[in-house]
Amino acid sequence: TVEPLEYYRRFLKENCRPDGRELGEFRTTTVNIGSISTADGSALVKLGNTTVICGIKAEFAAPPADAPDKGYVVPNVDLPPLCSSRFRSGPPGEEAQVASQFIADVIENSQIIQKEDLCISPGKLAWVLYCDLICLDYDGNILDACTFALLAALKNVQLPEVTINEETALADVNFKKKSYLNIRTHPVATSFAVFDDTLLIVDPTGEEEHLATGTLTIVMDEEGKLCCLHKPGGSGLTGAKLQDCMSRAVTRHKEVKKLMDEVIKSMKPK
Amino acid sequence: DTSVLAGVYGPAEVKVSKEIFNKATLEVILRPKIGLPGVAEKSREQLIRNTCEAVVLGALHPRTSITTVLQVVSDAGSLLACCLNATCMALVDAGVPMRALFCGITCALDSDGTLVLDPTAKQEKEARAVLTFALDSVERKLLMSTTKGLYSDAELQQCLAAAQAASQHVFRFYRESLQRRYSKS
Repeated sequence: TVEPLEYYRRFLKENCRPDGRELGEFRTTTVNIGSISTADGSALVKLGNTTVICGIKAEFAAPPADAPDKGYVVPNVDLPPLCSSRFRSGPPGEEAQVASQFIADVIENSQIIQKEDLCISPGKLAWVLYCDLICLDYDGNILDACTFALLAALKNVQLPEVTINEETALADVNFKKKSYLNIRTHPVATSFAVFDDTLLIVDPTGEEEHLATGTLTIVMDEEGKLCCLHKPGGSGLTGAKLQDCMSRAVTRHKEVKKLMDEVIKSMKPK
Repeated sequence: DTSVLAGVYGPAEVKVSKEIFNKATLEVILRPKIGLPGVAEKSREQLIRNTCEAVVLGALHPRTSITTVLQVVSDAGSLLACCLNATCMALVDAGVPMRALFCGITCALDSDGTLVLDPTAKQEKEARAVLTFALDSVERKLLMSTTKGLYSDAELQQCLAAAQAASQHVFRFYRESLQRRYSKS
């Protein structure tokens, strides 16, 4: 398109978008849980074209000195050159680092896992969950997809039972007996793009993000509590506009929770 | 007690790979007091940079770069808000054209819902939630927000209203310091 912004404005005036969606409509969300058999937990999430896969590996580590009864959850978001032409190979770019920090904040703020649950033997041994989120296709709204993939993968993680052998002080791992993690809350992210300081659209595609004057991501859990309100600059918003975003985030949370419960239910008989 | 030193360099030459044909390229570098800059600093840099991009009139200086370097001198709570204020004043001092001023306000909510503005490091640690906002000077709209911890929708609106009222003080401080600076020279 010669004038992408003008092209978009014409659609926005009619309250719809070039791909036929309404301003408040999300793209088709699909989730596939447990696809990576070598990982302790995994999930693949597709939000329209945006594809993010999350793999979780559990390993042993000594707990931190200042909190001997806590384990670690280490998220890492990788945006490889595979997913979009804007990323080059080499050390993680700014966007990947910001996304990693965002996911780390969501895990910490929402208390999705109690770190005490990851402790095996206080002061000696604890689990560390390495969560690797890799984007396979970048078409906007990466934060929503990552949060959802992380949540789905964590629900899929099965940790084997570990007992510390008193004589040898070594860990005895029993692979036959596995248990799921205790997921306390279900944070769901909803992203918006701001156009021309006034219009708010939900779930922006890559092109919409590029043309937008600002973005906003709200992470909400079941009780309507906010874990994160991430608005990295961009045009100003009034309190009233924020309220509209909140209500949209609440409905989105219900949609996502329903989808995930369905998928988990369909997997249980295994 | 929290102090941040900000320096603005620009509009200056920009590398061809980073130049934007119709506006200025903004860069923010945040150096912590101890240690090497990590992922958290990168995230804060992006927040500050995007806030500046919303107010700086980049279209007046195309194909140039405006770099802001922030050095944390001491951290006693409300660091991000301090960085935002330092950046705004440095941009004004540099004479970079802006459409509005912005200020950073930090709000802490403790376990029984009491709001504390501009918390100290101890208050931040004990708080249930810490919210940092960047507000613009024209209509007190929300330019940037970043939060830590769990809080409800109503509490958010309450914090936002308190921050908007508090921003008056910060803007008055800007005005007074600038008056002092320009009345001497």
